[in-house]
Amino acid sequence: MENQNLNLLDRALGLDGPSEPWPLSGRVVLIEDCVETSGSFVLHQLVKRSLSPTSSNVIIFVAFANPFSHYDRILRKLGCNLVTQRDNKRFIFFDMLMLRCPDVDEGKSSEGGLVLLYEKILKTICGLPGDKKDYVTIMIDDISLVEVAANGGSDYVLDFLHYCHALTSEFDCSLITLNHEDIYSSMERPTLILQMEYLADILIKAEPLSTGLATDVHGQLTVLNKGTSHRLGRSGNKIHNFHYKVKENTVEYFYPGSRV
Amino acid sequence: MRGSLFESPAWCRVQCQRHCSQTPHKKEVPCVFGRPPQLPITKIIRLSAALLACHRRRSTPTAALSLPPRVCSLPPESLSCRLSTIYSWVRKTKLCSVDAAMATTKPRLSSFSRNLSAVSSSQTPGVKCGPNGTMFVSSGIADLDRYFEILGGGFPLGSLVMVMEDAEAPHHMLLLRNFMSQGLVHGQPLLYASPSKDPRGFLGTLPSPASLKHDKSRDRESEQEKGLRIAWQYKKYMGENQPNFDSHRVTHHYSGADNKQDYCNEFDFRKPLERHYFTRQRVNCVGIQHSKNLAALQEHCASFLAQHQRNDGSSALAGRIAIQSLCAPQCEHSNMDWEMLSFIKSLKGMVRSSNAVVVITFPPSLLSLSSTKRWQHMADTLLSVAAIPDEDKELAKLLSGYQDMVGLLNVQKVARLNTQVPLILEATTFSIKLQKRRFLVLECLNQAPVDGSSGSSYGTSGVFLQLSLTQKCYIEQLRMVSKEMDRAVYMKFGGGEKGRESGNNGKRSETREVSFQMSFTPIFWSVSVNGE
Repeated sequence: MENQNLNLLDRALGLDGPSEPWPLSGRVVLIEDCVETSGSFVLHQLVKRSLSPTSSNVIIFVAFANPFSHYDRILRKLGCNLVTQRDNKRFIFFDMLMLRCPDVDEGKSSEGGLVLLYEKILKTICGLPGDKKDYVTIMIDDISLVEVAANGGSDYVLDFLHYCHALTSEFDCSLITLNHEDIYSSMERPTLILQMEYLADILIKAEPLSTGLATDVHGQLTVLNKGTSHRLGRSGNKIHNFHYKVKENTVEYFYPGSRV
Repeated sequence: MRGSLFESPAWCRVQCQRHCSQTPHKKEVPCVFGRPPQLPITKIIRLSAALLACHRRRSTPTAALSLPPRVCSLPPESLSCRLSTIYSWVRKTKLCSVDAAMATTKPRLSSFSRNLSAVSSSQTPGVKCGPNGTMFVSSGIADLDRYFEILGGGFPLGSLVMVMEDAEAPHHMLLLRNFMSQGLVHGQPLLYASPSKDPRGFLGTLPSPASLKHDKSRDRESEQEKGLRIAWQYKKYMGENQPNFDSHRVTHHYSGADNKQDYCNEFDFRKPLERHYFTRQRVNCVGIQHSKNLAALQEHCASFLAQHQRNDGSSALAGRIAIQSLCAPQCEHSNMDWEMLSFIKSLKGMVRSSNAVVVITFPPSLLSLSSTKRWQHMADTLLSVAAIPDEDKELAKLLSGYQDMVGLLNVQKVARLNTQVPLILEATTFSIKLQKRRFLVLECLNQAPVDGSSGSSYGTSGVFLQLSLTQKCYIEQLRMVSKEMDRAVYMKFGGGEKGRESGNNGKRSETREVSFQMSFTPIFWSVSVNGE
């Protein structure tokens, strides 16, 4: 990692340290975005970092929003070949675009589909060779569509997330999820998003600037990194805020006003 | 002397020499020319070197190589630079920007275009290739296609387009009609679902392509001006965007005898589409009013999309699905929020792997706020229409061409398939006009000349923009409108219920922000715009 070009996001996430052990292992990351600013670029960046040659991570990517070809094209421009990684068993893709949990009146409950999904993930992790088992990253894109797939049963979605969270302590894997914060901002009791924010160790929020959208600055990122068991022994919340601009090959991060 | 872009370098050189010889008394002879797009850079270097040498012979202190819109001038010391330095200097000044007005008349072939394949677009009429391996079909509205020209000109195949309706006016039907007619004219199969009792009857209101005679008599000036306006926005992206974006600036209108082969037709609302276009094979109409749930519609969509599966490299015919007012209250499923969301999710999943475009219109005022947000997130392209009241004097003062306007169209989100870069364009709000009551045009908002004399209770101006808004989502639209007109927007709650006034009272018009921290729904809002 040291010889790579680290940007502000990497530093905020703690990826500027040594790559072994993986700084995000055992941690839960939540990416929040809204209609105006999509947060999927953060997900792509994390995929790229996880699949870097220096680390030995395995990614289990549970996709509800886009098919494999979409991510493949994007990551290729970022410099990461997902097809090769998939063949090397470092990138495992679960295409959940057509997942629809059976209706309640069919006898089975909505949680049936999610339970099966969890079992599939567990089986995949257990099926990995010994050395790779310690470096698994589970990515879910995105949670609001998991809710739709569960026909609105957010309790089932929460159960599913809690089970995945249990995996982080059992197997030391990291859990990275994406959700849309503006869906819940108008609800009276936004249980799902509040619980997710509580569970998360790192909270990354992508929102537009208060003055609206602009061509030079696509938005601002706020990264809340809760208590790390630092190598220095310290732990404490750290909030980082910076602006970003998304390009085809890279994403530029810069402090507000420092862009020339 | 200004060289035209399409003249050869030799011509430029000759002209320059002629100009130099004709004005011997002038010390400085700036020689201005633009870079012809077809010329490779080596030729341009040779030309510039020749021009510099010519100026040097005449001992002129400066020579200016102008690449519109930038004008850069070489200092006298660098006249003796070697060719490589000139080369690097020219390279640095980003030669990609092109003078727009001259460029619109000729197609451009960028050397970077990987995805443009002329063969495919001629085989399948109405389908164009775009960047990132996506293919596009026309939206049926020439102005909207031109607006999306940066993307590839139209709606990408495999995407879901959502149009947020205004409960007060049926302008979304205009968009839908154009979309459907364009598909039928190109022979693309269509599936149409509507909550009305007789969906098939709607086909009788589809417009027909305008006759050629009218095409030629249209105002070319305004077309080119529009082209200029759109191309001017290119300037901001030339340096950053991939060059393959600018390989698609071909105007497909006025292409000659057979206007059916046009990528996008001009539709005449006074002339109904000929009946032979909507045969049973091509058009399938589904009524959604009486079905208990959306399962039947989902079946129809699934079987329709199965016929248009995308296989690698095949040039299958594109299909179009148009669903009108999906959450209309007369439908039984309209209160089943999760059912509708589930339907849209599965539709989106199916359409991603097929050669079709789905357009869904829905009135957001009938959904809960969080449901509306979910729908918005699911859309790849999100448009919203709003009505403009007739005979509004204050609005007439504010916007030019108000009499012809029927509504506003706002582009909130643009499909980004296979790419992570968001697209933020300058103008996102357009006025919908029906020219001569026949043709749908979209225009950027232009502010009318403001009347100098004013005297209002707001201290600065008495120009009011009154829109009856019932949805928070229209606030965003207002924000866009204010941004377009570069004015602050004041908001006042009328109707007598809550006479609260918020906003930047008294401040100058630099601020474009409005604070929208309202937690109640006003019935009638009146907005005043601070004119000078």
